[in-house]
Amino acid sequence: MARVTPLHAVHVAAGARMVDFAGWDMPVNYGSQIEEHHAVRSDAGMFDVSHMLALDLTGADATPFLRTLLANDVAKLTVPGKALYSCMLNAEGGVIDDLIVYYFAADHFRIVVNAGTADKDVAWMRKQIARIGANVTLDAHRDLAMIAVQGPNARTKTWHAIPGSESASAGLKPFFAAQVGDMLIARTGYTGEDGFEITLPASQAADLWNALAAAGVAPCGLGARDTLRLEAGMNLYGQDMDDATSPLNAGLSWTVDMKDIDRNFIGRAALETHPASQKMVGLVLLERGVLRAHQTVFTDAGEGETTSGTFSPTLQQAIAFARLPLDVAEGSTVEVDIRGKRLKARTVKLPFVRNGQALI
Amino acid sequence: MNIPAELKYTKSHEWIRREDDGTVTIGITDHAQEALGDIVFLDLPEAGRVVAAGEECAVVESVKAASDIYAPVAGEIVAANDEALDAPESVNADAYANWLFKLKPANAADVDALLDAAAYAEVAAD
Repeated sequence: MARVTPLHAVHVAAGARMVDFAGWDMPVNYGSQIEEHHAVRSDAGMFDVSHMLALDLTGADATPFLRTLLANDVAKLTVPGKALYSCMLNAEGGVIDDLIVYYFAADHFRIVVNAGTADKDVAWMRKQIARIGANVTLDAHRDLAMIAVQGPNARTKTWHAIPGSESASAGLKPFFAAQVGDMLIARTGYTGEDGFEITLPASQAADLWNALAAAGVAPCGLGARDTLRLEAGMNLYGQDMDDATSPLNAGLSWTVDMKDIDRNFIGRAALETHPASQKMVGLVLLERGVLRAHQTVFTDAGEGETTSGTFSPTLQQAIAFARLPLDVAEGSTVEVDIRGKRLKARTVKLPFVRNGQALI
Repeated sequence: MNIPAELKYTKSHEWIRREDDGTVTIGITDHAQEALGDIVFLDLPEAGRVVAAGEECAVVESVKAASDIYAPVAGEIVAANDEALDAPESVNADAYANWLFKLKPANAADVDALLDAAAYAEVAAD
């Protein structure tokens, strides 16, 4: 039986088309995925992301433990509310999950992980806590809901929907969060637009959703979330990287912090032994068709493969992420095997779209 | 569910309309367009191509996925809908008005054997 979020009944009542996502019964759209996509690029849309899991890590060893557990370095976090994106690697350097960690204090962090990997992540974290003997406590919160409000007007409309929230969140810079009553309001997201991700008690989720809708925020499903994140050049776990993928081959080198040579994080030795062998680039199809995951890409430097692909509603053409040989230059013309035909595509630097603007 | 009584259907969600000139017009059902979501690309067969019953001969791609379209009966393709090609979203707007291709059946009786609206309603309900 599929799991449901605190907003499930609201989605069903709104006529959402529901699908299974990582064992959760989630809205894929509320009518038109493309209209939802455009709402986020031009105005404001909201997503139920309560299927993701929030964990609190507390205790005297919280900072040193996370500096071992994560490939990015939480030592960069010194201001309460500051967030950091990181991979959690296995000893072979493969990606167990990608996550966001918020700093509340040196002995208190909030970690938000993907839905499909949550059980695996918690088991891995507990195993590492035991192995290291870290003096920390890990608490999983299934009593919380998360709503992402995204788009150029997302913050203003959120302030209309949550009385008193503007004074506490107007000064937030990107990748910072603030506690507002029972809510954690973070200026983060997965769309390439400005906006907030709001964590709140499950019992308050439906009221906030309805208040946001009344403020003119469009309900959006996982379908639009996928096309938005693809345009924004953001990886999806399980699609663009997994346990067997090095972050160095998945366009995530910028999240791996090797600067402190004494920081022996899990997976570091494997990454040092195996430098990047491929690179993640964007593809734009130059002919009629749609790029999808797992299509073979032919280049002068050898073959590669697409990991995610779709029709971009903003660019009105097919786009993809592809893992290609290191020698393929930006702006090269390559060929993609689409349903048995080889069609021409151009390699581009990611992202495709940021803050409503095409970048290619 | 919108399933016009005068059309024939397949289990793979194509609709078929018999024309006075002996050809058949083929599209995808309203149920199919609804399940696919926003349609962004069509690949349609060229006139003159001879197809077997059940042969893949067109592709409908939505933002979500690609879906093969099959020839409901054996025959020769006589036309593709170029207007739909240029406006794939029109299939979402009206799946019965915006057909995909026309075919001249090798054997007119083959069309009689296709599903009627009541039988297709059961397929679509599954």
